[in-house]
Amino acid sequence: MTSASFLMLGLAGCTALSHGFLNPQGPVAGHERDLFVTVSIVLLFVAGPVLLLTPLFAWHYRLSNRGDAYRPKWNFSWWVEALIWIPPAGIVIGLAILLWHWTQIDDPYRRLPGAAPIEVQAIALDWKWVFVYPDLDVAAVDRLVIPAGRPVHIRLTSGTVMQSMLIPQLAGQIYAMGGMTTELNIQAHRPGRFRGENTQYNGAGFQHQKFVVVAVPSADYDCWAAAARRGKRTLDAQTWRRLSARSIIALPVEFAHVTPNLFERVLETTGGMSHSPTKAAR
Amino acid sequence: MTVSAPLWPAVLGRFGWQDLPFVRAWENPTISELIGAFAGALVVVGAVVVAALLTRYGKWRYLWTEWLTSLDHKKIGIMYIVVAFVMLSRALVEAVLMRMQQAVAIEHPGFLSPDHFGQLFSTHGSIMIFFMAMPFLTGMINYVLPFQLGARDMAFPWANSIALWLTIGAAGLMMASLVVGEFSTGGWSGYPPYTERAFSPGVGVDYWIWAVTLGSIGSTMAGINIACTVYKLRAPGMRFMRMQMFSWTSLCTSILMIFAMPPLTVATLLLALDRYLGFHFFTNDLGGNMMNYANMFWLFGHPEVYILILPAFGVYSEVVSTFSTKDLYGYTSLVIATMAIAVLSFTVWVHHFFTMGQSANVNAAFGIATMTIGVPTGVKIYDWIWTMFRGEVRFTVPMLYALAFMMTFVLGGFTGIILAMPPLDYLVHNTLFLVAHFHNMLIPGLLYGMLAGYHYWFPKAFGFRLDERWGRIAFGCWVVGFYLAFFPLYVLGASGMARRTQAIFEPSFRPWLYVACVGAFVLLAALTSLGIQLWVSIRDRASTRVEAGDPWDGRGLEWSVSAPPPEYNFAVLPLIDGRNPFYDHKHDEGQPDPYASPSSYEDIVVPRGSATSVVIGLAAAVAAFGLIWEIWGLAIVALQIVVAAVVLRSFGRDQHRTIPAAEVAREHEKWLARVRATPAIPRQLETAAVNRGLAEIVA
Repeated sequence: MTSASFLMLGLAGCTALSHGFLNPQGPVAGHERDLFVTVSIVLLFVAGPVLLLTPLFAWHYRLSNRGDAYRPKWNFSWWVEALIWIPPAGIVIGLAILLWHWTQIDDPYRRLPGAAPIEVQAIALDWKWVFVYPDLDVAAVDRLVIPAGRPVHIRLTSGTVMQSMLIPQLAGQIYAMGGMTTELNIQAHRPGRFRGENTQYNGAGFQHQKFVVVAVPSADYDCWAAAARRGKRTLDAQTWRRLSARSIIALPVEFAHVTPNLFERVLETTGGMSHSPTKAAR
Repeated sequence: MTVSAPLWPAVLGRFGWQDLPFVRAWENPTISELIGAFAGALVVVGAVVVAALLTRYGKWRYLWTEWLTSLDHKKIGIMYIVVAFVMLSRALVEAVLMRMQQAVAIEHPGFLSPDHFGQLFSTHGSIMIFFMAMPFLTGMINYVLPFQLGARDMAFPWANSIALWLTIGAAGLMMASLVVGEFSTGGWSGYPPYTERAFSPGVGVDYWIWAVTLGSIGSTMAGINIACTVYKLRAPGMRFMRMQMFSWTSLCTSILMIFAMPPLTVATLLLALDRYLGFHFFTNDLGGNMMNYANMFWLFGHPEVYILILPAFGVYSEVVSTFSTKDLYGYTSLVIATMAIAVLSFTVWVHHFFTMGQSANVNAAFGIATMTIGVPTGVKIYDWIWTMFRGEVRFTVPMLYALAFMMTFVLGGFTGIILAMPPLDYLVHNTLFLVAHFHNMLIPGLLYGMLAGYHYWFPKAFGFRLDERWGRIAFGCWVVGFYLAFFPLYVLGASGMARRTQAIFEPSFRPWLYVACVGAFVLLAALTSLGIQLWVSIRDRASTRVEAGDPWDGRGLEWSVSAPPPEYNFAVLPLIDGRNPFYDHKHDEGQPDPYASPSSYEDIVVPRGSATSVVIGLAAAVAAFGLIWEIWGLAIVALQIVVAAVVLRSFGRDQHRTIPAAEVAREHEKWLARVRATPAIPRQLETAAVNRGLAEIVA
């Protein structure tokens, strides 16, 4: 009985990691996972010697071991100095080159190669995410539907406090801040459902602020868009006021027709025009 | 949390009955509210019990004249550390509560309300950084530094006491928030706009602002004091490159404090202007921009990490060298590495917001700057490893902490490099991976270091050793508890679990959360063991006295005086002729006898105690309390008391006391006679009862 439950616990332990970037489902998270593995292997050469030498030296040179030379005044050697300064510096220089390269490649603002991206505007609210598809004139709350295999370009802002959007299996996170716009490019390799969340604490409903990313085949995406456009609910000023209030949405909602330039209006009401020229040119 | 109608606003400000946790628990007896009421009751009962005991044993006068008003750096140091232990107990219990909540709140609301949980992680973080770590290291430096420099006191004894009392006042505000009102839910970093009035209208954020502000002003003063002590009060012949490593790290830490604390004070005060006077520094609208806050906060926040860690590095340098019975390897390298870390710490703050949308080039530059710190840090670790090489290592409690630190810290460094890579930071920022990383740095890097120093210098401060067996039990619990509590968080973070989550909707996280919860209890057992150790040690102190003052065959000048030391530290200021003057004089042929009677004594001037610093610290806290509750009259009166105390002190006379040479001579000769009567003991017996504080001399 106990061993069975321990086994269950162990198995459940492994499934936890499958929700994260170690089980990537898109090119961005895939890169980042590869980089993680590479860096981890390099770092083994840094941590390894310390983990080995510390117990080895401590035990070997213990007081009760009388067999070894005792040199109480030995306190310097150029060889040791070279050994402890040069290899770590070399590793850091190597990692720095890697870092420079991959930071450019994995810049969240960098457009992904392939077809023209789907444009999405994400607006963070307490405690929900609003996704506006400006080209389709539809919007969804707490559910982001994307076509698998196609790049998605997300622009983010916040209608309330600062938040951070993370979809671990697809891409790293970027903050959404009032009056400011940030960008994130994502893509899913294949159809599936992935967890997305806000990771920046924003009050009592924070833990509920999760959303699902649904990646569907391209044809299904078009069907979804058409169906969404036929929907009855519209995202007008009144609905927006209700959404903006602090609350948790029990189930994802979709809207046909969105107030024109909703994203820009949110930017403006949170003070955007006063200090943040949009980075749309990038 | 609860918004209640204020009672008599002119007198009680925003206060309403609902602000008392007892009233809330009475009206709405959920477990969450009952825990809050219990914690509030604990504070009140604790204060009453302490006051009753002091009255019963008639110790008020003793406490006031000998301790609270004392300007002696040793007593100030000890009081800082007492504050640190009290606050550590509270923040650790809060950590256990949070771990329990997360372990039971898997697809279940758990027993803590979301708001209560938010207050817990905010107080836990604020306390651990500002009221556990900072007082602990400031106290340690205060106690040890003047000794190591061959000085009789800190440069500014009165400012030293004010800094202490501002810290105590700020810690008092943290405790008051348990009994009256609520605390911020904005975390220890208090990011606006969430902490603006629009989103956090209650008194919680105001408690946070004023507690942190008072604490940061105190720390700035402490930093100035420490730096000036090092620059001006070194004994004759104590060149910079002859200072002990702990003095070096204290100097670098104090410089960091001087430059890093003011940005924090400014950031919290600007936030206060936003909240109190409707300014718009960090609001969403009317031109505010929270990026200004992020920059200022982390301009403090990153150097702060090294403020916390450098003194521990100093302790480890002393401990590893002493308990390896050997010179510190690579002294010059260690000094250079320490200074390099101090300088580099100001070049990396942007890595706290890689994910706020700046360009890839900016991120890459700051990522590389961050990784660069790994080199001097790695050098230091290797220096300690090579210090053990060809030494004679004794596995005493401080040495065990040092060994556990080296091996655990390198793992934290490993994950730190991962976080320094922007593309990887995007994945794990704000998740439990980050939480695991900084606990991995701060528990071995700060807490173990401070505990090692506590065990190492305790006999010096109190004249008897701490119990070795309970020390080992506590050590075992700290290490095992750390691994159990924080390594699962790396896994959870890599699985995408956000930090500060009150309830979890992913059943596969369960086993890791269970292990982490068990780890939290082991850490609580570690703290309990320390308490038992202290009690056992005081009980058995007759058999562990080390009045001769040198129980570990120490190296710094602090070991050359009696334990506990006289008020004036050194009967005659030492003449420094080398890097380890006391050790070399003990061990080397042809050196002067460190226990020889000096040829002459002279009068010593010491500062008299002063009540003004107590008044300043407490009145500042009362003023802050008035501001928090908008009891304007109280705030104004209390501020006037602060100013009045400063003015009064400036007119004060007889602020010093002269100890006549004859008295110094009598005390010192008495001690020297006792040293001559004390049997020297070999290192194999240093933890046994025969150790009376005189090390056997082996060349």
